[in-house]
Amino acid sequence: MKKIVNDPADVVADALRGLAAAHPGLLRVTEDPAVVARADAPVRGKVAVVSGGGSGHEPLHTGFVGPGMLDAACPGAVFTSPTPDQVQAAVSQVDGGAGILLVVKNYTGDVLNFETAAELLAADGVDVRTVVIDDDVAVQDSLYTAGRRGVGGTVPLEKIVGAAAEAGADLDTCERLAGTVIANTRSMGMALTAPTVPHVGEPSFTLAGDEMEVGIGIHGEPGRRRAALADANGIVTALLDPILSDLPFTEGDRVLLFTNSMGGTPLLELYLAHGIAERRLAERGIAVERRLVGPFITSLEMQGMSLTMLRLDDELLRWWDAPVHTPALRWGL
Amino acid sequence: MPCDAAAVAAAIRAAAAVITTHRDELVRLDQAIGDADHGENLERGFGFVVSSLDGEVPDNPGAVLKLVATTLISKVGGAAGPLYGTAFLRAATALGDAPVLTPESVAAALRAAVGGVVARGKAEVGDKTMVDALTPAADAAEQTAAVAGELAEVLRAAADAAEAGAESTVPLIARKGRASYLGERSVGHLDPGARSSALLLRSFADSAAGA
Ligand SMILES: Nc1ncnc2c1ncn2[C@@H]1O[C@H](COP(=O)(O)OP(=O)(O)O)[C@@H](O)[C@H]1O
Ligand SMILES: [Mg+2]
Repeated sequence: MKKIVNDPADVVADALRGLAAAHPGLLRVTEDPAVVARADAPVRGKVAVVSGGGSGHEPLHTGFVGPGMLDAACPGAVFTSPTPDQVQAAVSQVDGGAGILLVVKNYTGDVLNFETAAELLAADGVDVRTVVIDDDVAVQDSLYTAGRRGVGGTVPLEKIVGAAAEAGADLDTCERLAGTVIANTRSMGMALTAPTVPHVGEPSFTLAGDEMEVGIGIHGEPGRRRAALADANGIVTALLDPILSDLPFTEGDRVLLFTNSMGGTPLLELYLAHGIAERRLAERGIAVERRLVGPFITSLEMQGMSLTMLRLDDELLRWWDAPVHTPALRWGL
Repeated sequence: MPCDAAAVAAAIRAAAAVITTHRDELVRLDQAIGDADHGENLERGFGFVVSSLDGEVPDNPGAVLKLVATTLISKVGGAAGPLYGTAFLRAATALGDAPVLTPESVAAALRAAVGGVVARGKAEVGDKTMVDALTPAADAAEQTAAVAGELAEVLRAAADAAEAGAESTVPLIARKGRASYLGERSVGHLDPGARSSALLLRSFADSAAGA
């Protein structure tokens, strides 16, 4: 393993110190339990939006803390969900008295830990609601799985509810808006290489030079299937077709198209893929009205990409365009 | 020797050492069908458990298990943290404040532990999870306790059944947890949580036999 680390056991704590140093005035980072909160929290009278998940997906979630997005994020160990005491600590730092919205990605560990935290918070009289995002079309939601994973759709979800909360929307409104985003978002990802988890020291899986994994998640877990390596056209088709047919997205839809790098894919390739996806959607009469291109929900250094589509309406568009000031997303401010 | 709080605390320390020995094995099992963190999660969690026990040994077995539970819940994260945490919490509640363990109370605690895992995780036998190891272990413990076996025999029967139960996960398709995302590709792999459950029960049985 070659990585810029000291002791692999300290990777998350060490990185959080660097994050704090890089964004003074914007973030307040506390250790033990680890919490990243916006520096001006709590904001009185505002719904607080709190998320969290395993580390290794940066900038998700810590890079999305700040005005117009998350009030706090709880970073777990690499690829491991945070603990209930982290969530409780985060909430106690950012509770502005208007309620708490917990944004959770649908994985067994994340759901169980946030559920435990929500029970403990409710017992303390905090008005807390939980929304669970499950946008990955690679997994069928059936009795035979833990349900669909939460992946790329988490980024627009956090942006949109964060904007509404910043503008003073109440907890019911934020919760309903989250439901709308989740219902209209679909994603799919693929990998060319596996990530190496620092405490493991070797790649999570091995792929031959002429293979790719299709339908991967963001934790270095193998995908739904291993396939022969395709060119960019083939890769975009393999991701876009299942997304389009799932919702389904149809002619006349207005969408946000989010082309995401899994960490190791350079922007040159990502823009190339994004261009293909835009052309495909134009051919189908789907109007791409907003786009996001870059590494925003990653799996350490994994090479690969994911596509996320969100069907927009005027309300979602307005909140997407609203000002945001975080380490990873900043506009209008 | 009666199995009191000190003996239970010693058994927990021994189990923590077993987890450390098997950390890499559990990581590799989770690497195949999950995200390669199960051994790391448990080692971190039991490390904190040992630190808690260094600070205080509660005065009855139930209280020791409650300390284990709250430590695992607050320190581990992932699926295994809340699931094992709930298991130890339910076992602690079943034991109440009795000063020593008996064959019957251990069997009842194990049954309560499985009930906790199922209540939290909603898995059934055959879903390729730790439930596949824990359920037959609770059955075997009850059967052995009913025929007046000793504590060590009850735990040995539980450990034997858990090991067989863990092995039985190899041909299964996972239906719960991260491994379920793999569908058919999860076949042919031992479930890491079932393996860690068998390791913990074997360690408890060894401690009881040596006590
Ligand atoms: N719903 C569930 N019910 C019971 N056990 C489960 C469930 N989901 C996962 N598990 C167990 O948890 C183990 C994985 O634990 P771990 O790797 O620590 O957590 P994570 O899956 O969050 O990475 C699995 O091997 C399985 O035995
Ligand atoms: Mg795991």
